Amino acid sequence: MYSGASTFVEGVDNAFVFILGISFFFLIGITAVIILFLYRYNKKKHPKATQIEGNNTLEVIWTIIPLILVMGMFYYGYVGWIPMKRPPDQGVEITANARMWNFSFRYDNGRITDKLYVPKDTAIILHLNAVDVLHSLYIPAFRVKEDMVPGLPDNKMWFEATKTGTYSLFCTEYCGLQHSYMYSEVVVMEPDEFWAWYADTTALDVEVPEGANLVLMGRQIVESKGCIACHSYDGTIVIGPSFKGKFGETITVTTEGQERQIVYDAEYVKRSIYDPDYDITQGFRAGQMFSYEGEISEREIDLIVEFLKSLNE
Amino acid sequence: MESPTKPISYLDYKGEYKGILGWIFSTDHKRVGLLYLYTMLAFFSVGAILGLLMKIQLIAPGYTIMGPQTYNSLFTLHGIIMIFIIVVPGLPAVFGNFFLPIMIGAKDVAFPRINLLSWWLYAVGILIVLTSQFMGDGPPDTGWTFYAPYSFQTATNVLPAVFGAFVMGFSSILTGINFVVTIHRMRAPGMTWFKMPLFPWTLYGTAWIQILATPVIGITLLLIIAERTLGIGFFDPALGGDPILYQHLFWIYSHPAVYIMILPAMGVISEIIPVFSKKTIFGYKAIVLSTMAIAFVGYFVWGHHMFTSGMSGRALFAFSFLTFLVAIPSAIKVFNWVSTMHKGSLDLQTPFYWAVSFLFVFMIGGLTGLVLGSLATNVHLHDTHFVVAHFHFIVFGGTGFAFMGAVHYWFPKMFGRMYDANWANLGWGIFFIGFLALYLPMFYLGIMGMPRRYYDYLPEFHGGNIFSSLGAIVLIAGLMIIFINLVRSARHGTKISEKNPWGGTTLEWQVDTPPTLENFEEIPTITGKPYDYN
Ligand code: HEC
Ligand SMILES: [Cu+2]
Ligand SMILES: [Cu+2]
Repeated sequence: MYSGASTFVEGVDNAFVFILGISFFFLIGITAVIILFLYRYNKKKHPKATQIEGNNTLEVIWTIIPLILVMGMFYYGYVGWIPMKRPPDQGVEITANARMWNFSFRYDNGRITDKLYVPKDTAIILHLNAVDVLHSLYIPAFRVKEDMVPGLPDNKMWFEATKTGTYSLFCTEYCGLQHSYMYSEVVVMEPDEFWAWYADTTALDVEVPEGANLVLMGRQIVESKGCIACHSYDGTIVIGPSFKGKFGETITVTTEGQERQIVYDAEYVKRSIYDPDYDITQGFRAGQMFSYEGEISEREIDLIVEFLKSLNE
Repeated sequence: MESPTKPISYLDYKGEYKGILGWIFSTDHKRVGLLYLYTMLAFFSVGAILGLLMKIQLIAPGYTIMGPQTYNSLFTLHGIIMIFIIVVPGLPAVFGNFFLPIMIGAKDVAFPRINLLSWWLYAVGILIVLTSQFMGDGPPDTGWTFYAPYSFQTATNVLPAVFGAFVMGFSSILTGINFVVTIHRMRAPGMTWFKMPLFPWTLYGTAWIQILATPVIGITLLLIIAERTLGIGFFDPALGGDPILYQHLFWIYSHPAVYIMILPAMGVISEIIPVFSKKTIFGYKAIVLSTMAIAFVGYFVWGHHMFTSGMSGRALFAFSFLTFLVAIPSAIKVFNWVSTMHKGSLDLQTPFYWAVSFLFVFMIGGLTGLVLGSLATNVHLHDTHFVVAHFHFIVFGGTGFAFMGAVHYWFPKMFGRMYDANWANLGWGIFFIGFLALYLPMFYLGIMGMPRRYYDYLPEFHGGNIFSSLGAIVLIAGLMIIFINLVRSARHGTKISEKNPWGGTTLEWQVDTPPTLENFEEIPTITGKPYDYN
């Protein structure tokens, strides 16, 4: 399997080896016995069966021995797992936020990323948060997984990476249409490299350099935040309305139970992102899109608006 | 004995109603059993085709033959059909109904009308589930587990599916009550508990689980309905509910339900192995006791489905420990079955092929269950393809192989005709190879980290998926051979009237082939043990 990419790997893989080892032994052994019997006691070779009612000694033996073995398995499983349940007091605290269908990671200094960046040889404590439905954060190379439950307070997991590199991170709890596209990466860096990355506060909010391509930047935001899981650029309807050719149009929405006509303008886009259930677009349902307040800045929304405008051409 | 008053076979009997009405209004336990069998065969074919379509979708990354919404509703429907319509009622409803009364020397079950009602509830439940597919806002896409809060947020038609499962639950409870009463009150004179054959014993354990566990899922499903229609917050955090509570309630039923599925399968295997070994069962009492132990301990292990849900560490400790304990009675059974073959005179016929291959796949299913029962390894494997492979080995490998064994074992008795053994064996061989090719790679994929319920996957998972998808095609080919052979033989196979074609010792082999309407002209008196080959 994997080489030890986190401190848990050894304990977990020991349990694997112990349990699989015993299992293979029994599987192969019993199968061999069965095949031997099929051959040896075939009715052609052995026309008359010998009647045997049972044997209490054997029953006791094959109750006790498996019992001891499974207790051994239980023990290995327990020791490999208990460290996962005991997060250290100190470590880098990161909030992992899941929504249909992407992850975002928020650092103490306010930085938000869609990949998980962590320093090597440092305890990482992930506070798990889900906006809409159940998700589950799984990093196979580290042998960790924990469900992300909406509304569950103080839900966390921890790990300590021991090798630099990039590893897959999956959502393993079925969460609807794009569940199989809800994955990201963990990037493990040398600590000094990580802290330099962390201290780069210019990344806290988008920088819009002079002469930058605003449309392209907006498009990148829309894609990195996972909007395209529900909104298309080409008019097809996925879960939410398409972005195509909408900007500047007058559309029908339901606001607090009242139908009304409004203009699809920058203000409307902002409200749709921060308070999606306030205006419900005709033909769609409330409760599908969840607020991005705190995850998308106003400056980013301006860029998204530039991108939406470009879809009118 | 050609006397003019020769009692008439249950197949030829003409009662008040004719044609199909003579079946769907018949309270004869044998006809009710066949009603279930036909319903299940039809739906099993649908479920299997859905499975095949999913595997074809997964043969390569990206869009192959369907989009994600279709895929998600397919795995939901596949799960609902296979779990609620096939394996939960499964062996008890078909072979329990048909053979339980005969094997204990009774003329029918205790409440024949309730028995027919069970089938009706089952059929109505199926119809309700089907409406979810064709009406409203599209087929449900929640998975058969209906996990909250997704099942409250999806726009798809979840309610009818849930309500259908609820109705089928009543069918299950009624069958359970019927069997418990039948076994308690209607055993032939002289058939003490420990002279009862093993298949009825496993039906007895199963029936208690059906009675005691099914109401929990009934209530849970009702709560979902109340929550979705009235907006009362039980499970949806948006309404102040607790999604983990839902998981507890769901698995409090659905874990014991796994034993509803597998115990009768163990019963079937305990019948087939002695008959084709021409030898009394080894360790009869050990098998009986382990059956009851599984039925009992099985109630207390549901938490092993939730090791990563956010439960307290202490609860996880206990659930893992109990899960390992429940493995022991299954191991005891395997040892006793293999010992029954020792020094036997093995007659390698189709039912025995199924029984022996059952042993193999059941061992794999059980041993991989240990991997999942252990805390450390479970965290890595939970909700990956490993779990999918594991439960297909148990439910499809275990229960499915036993079901196939049961069909081929009791077929001549039920229909008074024999199937073509060569085709049956060929079908078995192809099916077995396909089965292994389909599910073994999934263990590997799971260990590598591929999550389950995955419409699409990263390129690193491609190799295993190709193998698995090709296996599915082979498996379906085997299945078709088996089914065509059986269906053809039920209508045109060589007639037999021999009472005991396999040389069995239990009571169903002492009655006419096919059984008469009342099974026994005279209720037998039991003096010996059920598997006496002396
Ligand atoms: C889980 C699916 C989902 C995701 C992800 C999502 N949305 Fe939405 N969105 C919807 C739905 C459904 C609606 C329509 C219902 C409503 O008005 O609230 C909607 C409405 C909107 C509207 C109003 C559109 C109109 O035609 O009236 C805008 C603008 C919008 N979303 C922007 C975004 C942006 C930007 C993102 C990414 C940051 C995003 N959405 C992510 C589902 C989603
Ligand atoms: Cu998810
Ligand atoms: Cu998911």
